[in-house]
Amino acid sequence: MSKVVEGLYYAQSHEWLKVEGNIGIIGVSDFAQAQLGSIVFVDLPEVGIQVTKEVEFGAVESVKAASDLLSPISGVVIENNQAVIDDPELINKDAFANWLIKVEIANPSEIDQLLSAADYRSISK
Amino acid sequence: MLNYDRLVFEQSVKGRKGYSLLNNTYPSKYQMADLGAKLRLKTVPLPELSELDVVRHYTLLSQKNFGVETGFYPLGSCTMKYNPKINEELAALPGFTRIHPLHYPSSIEGTLKIYRYLSEMLSEIVGMDAFTLNPFAGAHGELTGLMIMKQYHLNRQDFKRTKVIVPDAAHGTNPASSAVAGMDIIEIPSTASGLVDIEQLKAVLNDDVAGMMLTNPNTLGIFDRNICEICRLVHEAGGLMYYDGANLNALLGQARPGDMGFDIVHVNLHKTFSTPHGGGGPGSGPVGVKKKLAHLLPGPQVKETDGFCYIETSAESIGRVSGFFGNTLVWIRAYAYILTLGKENIKRVGELATINANYVKESLKDDYLLPIEGPCMHECVFDGLLDKSTNVTTLDIAKRLLDFGYHAPTIYFPLLFHQSIMIEPTETESKQTLDDFIAVMKTVAKEAKEHPDIVKEAPHATLVSRIDEVYAAKKMILTYQDLLEENAKINEVK
Amino acid sequence: MFKYFPHTENDLFAMKAKIGIRNTADLFRDIPENVAFRRDYDIPSAMSEIELRKHLEALAAENKTPIVFSGMGAYDHYNPAIIAQLVNREEFLTAYTPYQPEVAQGTLQYIFEFQSMVAMLSGMEVANASMYDGATATAEAMFMGLAIAKRNKFLVSATVSPFVLDVIKTYAHFRGVEIVMVPMKDGVIDRDELLALIGDDIAGLIVQKPNFYGIIEDYTGIADQLHAKKAILIENNDISTLAVLKTPSDDGADIACGDCQSLGMPLAFGGPYLGYMATKKAYARKLPGRIVGQSFDKNGKRAYVLTLQAREQHIRREKANSNICSNQSLMALYATIYLALMGPDGLKEVNEMAYSGAHYLYDELLKTGKFFVAFEQPFLKEFVVKTSLPPDLIRHALDEAGMFAAVVIDETASGMQMLLNFAVTEKRTKKEIDCLVAVLGGLSC
Repeated sequence: MSKVVEGLYYAQSHEWLKVEGNIGIIGVSDFAQAQLGSIVFVDLPEVGIQVTKEVEFGAVESVKAASDLLSPISGVVIENNQAVIDDPELINKDAFANWLIKVEIANPSEIDQLLSAADYRSISK
Repeated sequence: MLNYDRLVFEQSVKGRKGYSLLNNTYPSKYQMADLGAKLRLKTVPLPELSELDVVRHYTLLSQKNFGVETGFYPLGSCTMKYNPKINEELAALPGFTRIHPLHYPSSIEGTLKIYRYLSEMLSEIVGMDAFTLNPFAGAHGELTGLMIMKQYHLNRQDFKRTKVIVPDAAHGTNPASSAVAGMDIIEIPSTASGLVDIEQLKAVLNDDVAGMMLTNPNTLGIFDRNICEICRLVHEAGGLMYYDGANLNALLGQARPGDMGFDIVHVNLHKTFSTPHGGGGPGSGPVGVKKKLAHLLPGPQVKETDGFCYIETSAESIGRVSGFFGNTLVWIRAYAYILTLGKENIKRVGELATINANYVKESLKDDYLLPIEGPCMHECVFDGLLDKSTNVTTLDIAKRLLDFGYHAPTIYFPLLFHQSIMIEPTETESKQTLDDFIAVMKTVAKEAKEHPDIVKEAPHATLVSRIDEVYAAKKMILTYQDLLEENAKINEVK
Repeated sequence: MFKYFPHTENDLFAMKAKIGIRNTADLFRDIPENVAFRRDYDIPSAMSEIELRKHLEALAAENKTPIVFSGMGAYDHYNPAIIAQLVNREEFLTAYTPYQPEVAQGTLQYIFEFQSMVAMLSGMEVANASMYDGATATAEAMFMGLAIAKRNKFLVSATVSPFVLDVIKTYAHFRGVEIVMVPMKDGVIDRDELLALIGDDIAGLIVQKPNFYGIIEDYTGIADQLHAKKAILIENNDISTLAVLKTPSDDGADIACGDCQSLGMPLAFGGPYLGYMATKKAYARKLPGRIVGQSFDKNGKRAYVLTLQAREQHIRREKANSNICSNQSLMALYATIYLALMGPDGLKEVNEMAYSGAHYLYDELLKTGKFFVAFEQPFLKEFVVKTSLPPDLIRHALDEAGMFAAVVIDETASGMQMLLNFAVTEKRTKKEIDCLVAVLGGLSC
């Protein structure tokens, strides 16, 4: 059973979103990291890049799969997680503690279209 | 056996020499040093070895490898049949190896004739009208075929047709080739037996469809009896049908893609036509087309008039997909192979390969899970062990087979089943070989139940076992230079 | 019975019994009647090995094997005897792609060695396990460039081989990539025109060194001009010349590519040859094709394995940058053994002799008064000259004398001109050159 954290929003494509004011913190779920296996590489956008809801912003790569990262919301990248870039396996260790990017949210209403923890739990069994 | 673990660079000693060249006596005023600043500053750090050192090194390396002649290679969809040695001898004839690709056509009638004869024989075998031998590999042939498909529609001023239908059971090269040819994929879900779901197909047929890519029998070794209907539907919608020749071995003597309705075909000479795999190439992926597409074939093209061959590329050709004529010495081997089989024997290939696959299937179905009822063609697919209670995976089984001197079958493909094992025992494998293989597979299934650890921790008898792929991907030690740097880092830490 | 089919009647009887069928036809019931192929293929009857030898030997005899004096991407270099012996060892020849690394350490290690040697020659940091040939490697390098720069337009120097250019154009056409040619001036890339063409919409530039005319171009400063606009430089080389020439890395290239045929591979009417691609570590993940990495097994033994496969077609499918599945593995072994034998000194000698021979031939041809300077530019082993002699006359005379040199019809800004291409390798002798000069010098219109 993969871990699902309450209080976060989820996308069908297995990314999670934590909202702090107008900042969105984005990562991938425990289910995603388990599916991928040991992660060897993350490709993240530079600060200042615009991300769009449901559009690819980067990729996460394991030995057996390469998965596109789709943004749960639109905005501008204000920070990416250098620790994860340097040691991608951190995502496997704790997918929720190790975020990928922080964005300035452009359109807060998009959050309503995401899944709750309970809804996500039921689709990621 | 000793594990010979030296890189050629680690065998290098300064001053050693492994070559001998002419002593030319040109006037001394011609010195390469005159190129001055155009020359590289530092000498290339290539290794220096004597001839015997080199021979030993690569001989010892070869002994760490498993080839078709070492043992059975039941790799599904790879058609690892015997690679005849006579073909090696003939392809090495100086008359074939010493010709420059731009040599005057009238001086190379021999090779040009082989190009023509092989093209004609392949056309006859698959039911097409014209062939190019220029693509270097199956995937390259796919790309070429898809380019022809796209150009056909462009020439008809039909610019909407940008999509190619691919079943979800298809090999990864199919969607990748479409993308490289500038087309989008429409993936349609297959039926439970990996066949084309006609209703799903009808739902996506539209005027934006350029065509469909299919292999028949499919990646599960099952012949789709609806093939004519499928071709008809796609044709009616204005699309072309592309045949992926990976599984052609099953059809030799039984059916021809051209008769089923396919317009474009690629064949793999290194599969169906016995040319050696070489550890990953050189292969050859000739592409055949129906008459209406012949003018689009890539250049350079070899034509023939009154028995005389020459090189002339039609103005409507899609252009070159290769520098010259593809892997010439490979298609010469295939030519020799087809002549060795002749019309009498080539028609038995499909039937013998199919008997072999069905024999293996029937013999193993009590130990391995058969996901699909009914006969298969040249390959059969199991979905892992029948009894999965000990959590022994397909990967474990594959590794344990190595201990018994077999190369593992294809694993985790097709993607339709989670624990796929795809076995293709070609027509050159005897009943004895198959019986031995079946016995070993049964043994491994038994071990999986009674001593699962021996399977999960396999292989035990090979020189190396379960290589750390995560380490390889993270460290990215891809050259000897990287290795030296990594060693230096480790020594620093010490 | 046939020698490649081991099945006896008894075998078939027992196997059919196990399968539970009486006739083999029962296994093919799914094939519709209107598609079932019931006749013989209209191909020749089976040939015994004895007849096959006669047939192929007769065909080989129809080919003339003259002394080769041309290049244009295919060079008649020395072919060491041991290479064929080693490459034909069945463990190398008949092995499959190394997807089960435990039984393929031979293949994986020689690929690792090949990657290392390509990196050494090109000066780059990482190389892949090889491509089909130099032309397709260059087209794939262009795709890689498009992915790096995220733009859709590529500049190509007019001095790149027309065969390579044809492949680039074919690939570009179908991917919807715009190719813009940078004109040539005096046999080299026109620097002023290039500067005018480098804009924010360009993904990069493809150049060749030595170029199609054999000229060693000076690319100083070009990489900087491109990088300033966030575009990349791709350099195509004849890898044998990289043993002595300034490397693509020295030129600031981002991707190096080309053909390894000049590493003693037979001319073989164009194939099999061997493409290579090499690049900086930062772009390693964008390299198409297979890559071998070093690792350890569970017992700590050093071992090699295919790595970075997540980029490849069998995993990324339609998102892959390339569809390449196999490489030219056995030819990579060929190249690796050649380089291990020749070493730095051997390659230096090869190039030195080629240089001397080519310059000697050049001067002797000009002395005849029938051939004229085409370009006043430095060259290594290959060059072109102008002549007013008719091409058919030249071809015929050379053919009679057992020699081959190629006529090139060159389209330039000022119209078409006929050029003769010559390449001299370390296999050519002064005597052969003198003979060639005598034959050509004796011709008149």
